[in-house]
Amino acid sequence: MKRAARIVSMVSLVGTILPPLLFFTGQMDLDATKLWMLVSTVSWFAATPVWMDR
Amino acid sequence: MAEDTETRQTEPVDEYEREPVPAKAWLGFRSFVGQYAGEHTAGTELMIGPLFIASGVSAIDLVAGLFIGNLLAVLSWVFLTAPIATRARLTLYFQLEKICGRKLVTLYNLANGVMFCFLAGAMVTVNATAAGMWFHIAMPGLNDLYPNSIGWVVTVLAMGALITVVAAYGYNVVARIANIAAPWMVLVFIAFGIIGARQLGIQSVGEFWPKAQELIWTGGAPLAGRAKFTFWHVMFFAWFCNMAMHIGMADLSVFRYARKSWYAVGTAAGMYLGHFIAWLAASILYALQLHTTPGNTDVLPGPLAYNAAGIAGLICVIVAGWTTANPTIYRAGLAFQAIAPASSRYRVTLVTGAVATVAGMFPAIAMKLLDFVALYGLILMPMGAVIVVDFWLAKRFGFRSNSAEVSGTGVNWAAGLAWILTLAGCLAIVSMGGIQIYFVGLPGWFAAAFLFVVFSRLLQRKEVAS
Repeated sequence: MKRAARIVSMVSLVGTILPPLLFFTGQMDLDATKLWMLVSTVSWFAATPVWMDR
Repeated sequence: MAEDTETRQTEPVDEYEREPVPAKAWLGFRSFVGQYAGEHTAGTELMIGPLFIASGVSAIDLVAGLFIGNLLAVLSWVFLTAPIATRARLTLYFQLEKICGRKLVTLYNLANGVMFCFLAGAMVTVNATAAGMWFHIAMPGLNDLYPNSIGWVVTVLAMGALITVVAAYGYNVVARIANIAAPWMVLVFIAFGIIGARQLGIQSVGEFWPKAQELIWTGGAPLAGRAKFTFWHVMFFAWFCNMAMHIGMADLSVFRYARKSWYAVGTAAGMYLGHFIAWLAASILYALQLHTTPGNTDVLPGPLAYNAAGIAGLICVIVAGWTTANPTIYRAGLAFQAIAPASSRYRVTLVTGAVATVAGMFPAIAMKLLDFVALYGLILMPMGAVIVVDFWLAKRFGFRSNSAEVSGTGVNWAAGLAWILTLAGCLAIVSMGGIQIYFVGLPGWFAAAFLFVVFSRLLQRKEVAS
């Protein structure tokens, strides 16, 4: 469970920074960037408490 | 017992308050990297970044000033704070009490608590700009000093009440959220800069520097009511915005847990993530706002973050503001409780939060945050000079260290006079000499050290004679 949660957290961090980078290089529009950042935010806060500081 | 359990669950651990931290409680390097990275990537960074642009700073002045100023801040922690902290291993308050006496420390606590209250007020203001976005509240402008709408007052009141109640009853929950949020928050701050840069028309890394000089940090005239910032302003601000913590010695309480004094290099994580990257990113967002809506000079972290990163940006502002307001209100409460030890910790925190909330209604503190932060450091800094001189140089200059502890006095007038005269001198130079507040901290620290030596020798000689 904790291992899976760690993986989700790592993917969420990538999902937080990758969309802005894709927006910067012109490969993603701003609305999609904002949406992916929100999805990544939700998944980060859902998964990280499972393994961090416990 | 039930009360004990509640206390343990809802308060941070304040151990070894009147004794050196024992070896079994010492912490490793990573603890300090995480703590400083989290604490210095706060909601207020989104206020400070834009205020540099409002002050008409140029790109080279800002980047070089921040780089060198932050380096000097790290070196101050490494060479001034941590060596004393890891030798004495005492809290700032206990160390000060030994030198200055209980009554003078009470006065210091009062000053510290009041400044913490106003700082927390600025954090509540930042949060209210995010909450106000949802409800389309009329928000304050760059030069507003007073609350400008009922909606704003109600929003600040609601945010302040929420933060205060949680600080009083759920401190550890928010502290845990702060730990969890830190890595994500740093990336969202970086995302602000990347998205803002692209929206300004920067399409590659190679284009960044030339366009940054042309579009972001143009070095032109400051906005109305703002002082023009040069390299020196930026460098001294970056160095001294945490003056109370390093050369003011407040972080003795933190580094007394460090196994080695060099662990203070971990402060670089906070300085270069929060006070370099986050400030640059926030100022890029403000430049974008000025570029797209030239008449809109408002510095409102909520709308700035929302326009760049949508709801994730708003969540970042709220989490960043909340997780830093939480310990700030708590620390202010601790400072006040030291003055009235019989009062309940919860009641003190609630009253402190109420004062911070009222302060947060007045946008003047947040909109003048650069000046306020400089003033905050200046007020507490002289006591840092007193500690350094007393710890390292007392014997060399021929006076007794830890004077109040040895003599049993409630006020060591040598420290008290050094504090008050330095502060009065610095404020007089600022108000009458036309020197900006960012430049008086460094000479002020040496003046406080000099005055403490002179008064200590005079007063202790008098004691011996009598």
